[in-house]
Amino acid sequence: MAQEQDESKRHEVEAPRWTEEQIKRRRQRNLAIAWALAGFIVLFFVVTIVKLGGNVANRPI
Amino acid sequence: MLRSGSPRPERLERPASKDLQERSVDFMSDTAISNERTQALPDGGMGSARDFFELLKPRVMSLVIFTALVGIVVAPGDIHPVIGFTALLCIAVGAGASGALNMWYDADIDAHMTRTVKRPIPAGRVTPSEAAAFGATLSVFSVMTMGVLVNWVAAALLAFTIFFYVAVYTVWLKRRTPQNIVIGGAAGAFPPMIGWAAVTGTVTLESAVLFLIIFMWTPPHFWALALRSSDDYKNAGVPMLPVVAGDKATRRQIMIYSALLVPVTLLPGFLGFAGPLYMGVTAVLGAGFLWLAFSLWRKEPGAAQEKAAMRLFGYSILYLFLIFSLLLVEKIFGLDALPAGALVPGM
Repeated sequence: MAQEQDESKRHEVEAPRWTEEQIKRRRQRNLAIAWALAGFIVLFFVVTIVKLGGNVANRPI
Repeated sequence: MLRSGSPRPERLERPASKDLQERSVDFMSDTAISNERTQALPDGGMGSARDFFELLKPRVMSLVIFTALVGIVVAPGDIHPVIGFTALLCIAVGAGASGALNMWYDADIDAHMTRTVKRPIPAGRVTPSEAAAFGATLSVFSVMTMGVLVNWVAAALLAFTIFFYVAVYTVWLKRRTPQNIVIGGAAGAFPPMIGWAAVTGTVTLESAVLFLIIFMWTPPHFWALALRSSDDYKNAGVPMLPVVAGDKATRRQIMIYSALLVPVTLLPGFLGFAGPLYMGVTAVLGAGFLWLAFSLWRKEPGAAQEKAAMRLFGYSILYLFLIFSLLLVEKIFGLDALPAGALVPGM
């Protein structure tokens, strides 16, 4: 019985557990990516408005 | 070429793949992976945002941003400030991306040099595959954004610059020839030309002169540093000029390139996009550069040579910064043209 338990334990593979430091760094990276993507969207929006210029209002109503 | 017997380190085993190999051995031997084991050797995910920022080589990037800004401002024609800012951002990110790809490929030699051993990959904070993915993603984003939002000529130049730095300099030349930084230096010389192209949509003789100034400046600047770090390069197996040809030949080459650089820095005046302030101050600065290069040339290997080399290295940074600052200041204050007949008497 004890031998069976040992055998089943041997086959257990625990999922990697992140340390506090790793979780903190992952959060930092995620925030940096979020800010970069937000900046990218804002940049495309602003440049689109700049390129359209006055034509932004020139559309049939 | 490397001298016979020069040490050439084997490429380091990639931490990620090493980890995977060990894991697969563990599975094959039917042994459970302990929680402690997985925590001790994480497969990436250890780098902080600061580590990834460091992959962009921010110090190199600052010079790239400055010279590109000068290219944008000095170029004839107008550019909307938002478009100009976008071009500058794309150039900065593209330069940073090529820096990350350079660190990915050179991680093995970086681990052998005191100057580079603390970089994120050799220090084990970022895995090579993370750096490669980061660099490749930013390269594509910077080029495509430049093309869509600014123009495709500037985007093509930016793509070529990244290709040149990574493929031509890092992969091909750096480990093979002492002329690595002469030819590879072109990559660092492109930013003002890209900035110019962002405004004009074309490549002109004037922008080629800005390119040429940095191109001729790179060898004496880099070789002055290499004179001091030649042992490092030797240990890493990088055939820098002092390692392959010796200190004396390097000092002579520095003198030759300095003598070629100074006349090139005066070309903007002859081409009509620099004024008397630029010409006067640049001539004086050039004389200083030549004097420091000459002083170094006369030195023998040892402490005096190292001191002279570091003096030239420090001065070279200030020199390039001041030359490009002068172009910027003259353009902003409308002083960027010589009086008629100033260069050719009788005109």
